[in-house]
Amino acid sequence: MFEFKLPDLGEGIHEGEILRWHVQPGDTIAEDAPLVDVETDKAAVTIPSPRAGRVVSVVGKPGDVVHVGQVIAVIEDAAGAPASASPAAPPPGPAAGAPEDRTTPPAAPASPASPAATPTPAPGPVPAAPATRRLARELGVPLAEVTPTGPGGRVTADDVRRFAERRAAGAAAPPPAAPPAEPGTAAPAPSEELAHAEFAAHAACTIPLLDIEPLPDFTPLGPVEREPLRSIRRKVARKMVTSSILVPHVAHMDEADVTLLEEFRHQERERRRGQPGERLTLLAFVVRAVVAALRDAPAFNASVDPLREEILYKKFYNIGIAVDSGRGLVVPVIRGADRKTIVQLAESIEDLARRGREGKLEVEDLRGGTFTITNVGPLGGTALIPIINYPETAILGMGRVQERPVVRDGQIVIRRILPLTLAFDHRVADGADAARFVNTLTRLLSDPRELLMQT
Amino acid sequence: MVMGTPRQETEVAIVGGGPGGYVAAIRAADLGRDVVLIEERPRLGGTCLLEGCIPSKTLIHAVDVLAAAKEAARYGVTFGPPKLDLGALRDFVASVVGGLTKGVDALLRRRNVQVLRGHARFTGPHALLVEGDEQTTVEFRHAVIAAGSRPTPFPPAGDLPVWSSTDALGVPEIPPRLLVIGGGFIGLELGQVYAGLGSQVTLVESSARLLPGADPDLAEVVARRAGRTFAEILVGTRVAGLERTAAGIAVSVQREGRTERREAERVLVAVGRRPNTERLGLETLGLETDPRGRLAVGEDGRTRVPHIFAIGDVVPGPMLAHKASREAKVAAEVISRHPSAFDNRAIPAVVYTDPEIAWAGLTEQEARERNIPVKVGRFPLRALGRAWTLGRTDGLVKILAEPESGAVRGVGMVGPQASELIGEATLAIEMGATLEDILVTIHPHPTLSEALVEAAEVAAGTPVHVPPARGDA
Repeated sequence: MFEFKLPDLGEGIHEGEILRWHVQPGDTIAEDAPLVDVETDKAAVTIPSPRAGRVVSVVGKPGDVVHVGQVIAVIEDAAGAPASASPAAPPPGPAAGAPEDRTTPPAAPASPASPAATPTPAPGPVPAAPATRRLARELGVPLAEVTPTGPGGRVTADDVRRFAERRAAGAAAPPPAAPPAEPGTAAPAPSEELAHAEFAAHAACTIPLLDIEPLPDFTPLGPVEREPLRSIRRKVARKMVTSSILVPHVAHMDEADVTLLEEFRHQERERRRGQPGERLTLLAFVVRAVVAALRDAPAFNASVDPLREEILYKKFYNIGIAVDSGRGLVVPVIRGADRKTIVQLAESIEDLARRGREGKLEVEDLRGGTFTITNVGPLGGTALIPIINYPETAILGMGRVQERPVVRDGQIVIRRILPLTLAFDHRVADGADAARFVNTLTRLLSDPRELLMQT
Repeated sequence: MVMGTPRQETEVAIVGGGPGGYVAAIRAADLGRDVVLIEERPRLGGTCLLEGCIPSKTLIHAVDVLAAAKEAARYGVTFGPPKLDLGALRDFVASVVGGLTKGVDALLRRRNVQVLRGHARFTGPHALLVEGDEQTTVEFRHAVIAAGSRPTPFPPAGDLPVWSSTDALGVPEIPPRLLVIGGGFIGLELGQVYAGLGSQVTLVESSARLLPGADPDLAEVVARRAGRTFAEILVGTRVAGLERTAAGIAVSVQREGRTERREAERVLVAVGRRPNTERLGLETLGLETDPRGRLAVGEDGRTRVPHIFAIGDVVPGPMLAHKASREAKVAAEVISRHPSAFDNRAIPAVVYTDPEIAWAGLTEQEARERNIPVKVGRFPLRALGRAWTLGRTDGLVKILAEPESGAVRGVGMVGPQASELIGEATLAIEMGATLEDILVTIHPHPTLSEALVEAAEVAAGTPVHVPPARGDA
């Protein structure tokens, strides 16, 4: 029998919601054939079967949340022989009486999928002092997954902090000798990540005057349908609340005359028909312009560490594109946008948007952004005030390009106008910085030749 | 506008002023909440303070002194025959209860917790109707149900004037013969009280042994002693019926297929307690109880209606004041948005029999039933110096540990002061302590607390005061 545990789904992801099983108990499955679709906070993933054999049992039905390291399927080896090399692990047994057992997955022996998580199999509750358990609860750390260092397999407060730290650092590797990041880049020090974990705990504290009133009973007014806030929707909700509470937002608005750019773009599209990147979107040009403007405005490609009171300027340009996935907002990231041509940018955007709509984005597509662009223009709207994609410091909202009468040299002429809003974090920059940044954008977007000089 | 009942608004409404309710009120108030506490009885403190732990332990103390005076003859100290002034004893119990309940009043007053007298019933998801001398509607954001429990009625008694534990604690008289129905901790404690005061006590228990909740080796020590002070102990025996007689009440009991008759001036019914969840208007909230009248709650104390919390005897788990108080703090903290949870691993249980029984965490019978592998270290008080100096060597301390790691999973004890000794054991379990942690900690000599170290030594295989096992291996 092979007990298949939900593998590591990526940095900071501890659980996922089952979307669909590809097999039922009794089915035979080939190695690497799709086993189950799981949706995490970040993306939907199809998990392949690591073994060929007969599916004996599966755990969880669509909608259930399963944890990393939890046994989600038992597969009988095709040959009928025990497929697992691991010696018979003690069965989890009847749930022990301790309350943890209701919420934590049974402790699992080392799984090949996640070498980092090597909890000791224990028949009882994870040994840990009450204060340590409270810390784990505050930091959202599942005790059963923490590698204990105390005597008798006791989890110490330091173990919990280390786990939170490593999770924040996204390290799937064991703690000692974490490989240094690329030279020259500011590798996040563990203490910095720890600060973030502690920050999360602080945020759980009561904010003065913050008062979340219970909902009134709506049912006397009419029928009400309840839907759990889950998955992507929940992730968006958390990010937006965090951003709107923590970040003092300012919105700076302007308009770019994109008449020339649009003419140029349509000509190019015609010319490139049938070639890669033929869907040469306006967004690709905006990404190029944004990267150029960011070089002169590092505050908008930064993050604030409120605990250490530091601003982290990022020397790389990963531009997130807000995409309506059908199940909610996702923000896939164009990595190294400063090193891509406009055609390559257009290709990336097309690929990310398509996979976003199809729910096929990988977790890796969704992380590491430094600045976000949200383009609701094609759907309509003249102006919008976007909320910053925390922990970034700025977001650009694009309205709809429309032909509008404008005055040029004393004459009323019809031009194509793109409304732009830069929402920025007032902790790191001021209105004048935003004005200069947006001026650069409008200048670059109003003349394709200017933009050309930036590439 | 129609004149209705007076209304008032609060953040937190607490139903019940016992060790669950009043502690929840205090913690919530200290965390900045606006709190109204509703109590049906004229005094605060709940069953524990008014008609449970506190009066019973006061009586038990008095009886212990009587017993100790008698035992002192063994070491050459004799007194005249004891004289019992029942009125003075009742006054002492009343003064203890009165002093403590006034203390609760003062604690709440100092925190501006408003106390309303009356019976509370939910009339909407955010409203309680309080019916006392006058009617008030309390509108709340969060409610905590801490309504407690009451003695389970005993249908065979019909309308005969049998005593409940509450009646017995008032010591209205010392009946020449007392028949106790129920061999759980309440029946045994009160049976021993009345035996100590001079009653001929007969105890009837339907299970095969006394104290079915405690491990047999612990219960047996108490059963042996009770066997000497009680007139009769009938286990595996059912009460078939009661009838009034000239002298008092005749009880027909069935055991081993035969029906027998026992007579007593008084009958005490102590067959358990049931939660006070029937008259709370829970149906208006859409809340249902389990067949035993209890409300299901999560680790955070929330019922299925998230802004309604329940603690203490109205939720599953042992009906113990200290469990209710811990749950109370969790509920108050969760209401105040602190990341709190009832994740306790050991709820100590104490039986104030002579000698006392206490345990925390896993019991041996539970380990067996649930197939949890443990190693057990057992240490008899007969091998402990301090027990000899007290003249009380009947008893033992045992420790249950995980075989591999030595992590302490449970401790059980019977003997003098077990109620005080279990605290250390509970801390050990909560801390995830191992046998080694206990046995390297220096315990003062000569004390009873050394028994825990010795039991840990036995479990670890390194005992000093127990002769090595003569194994045939």
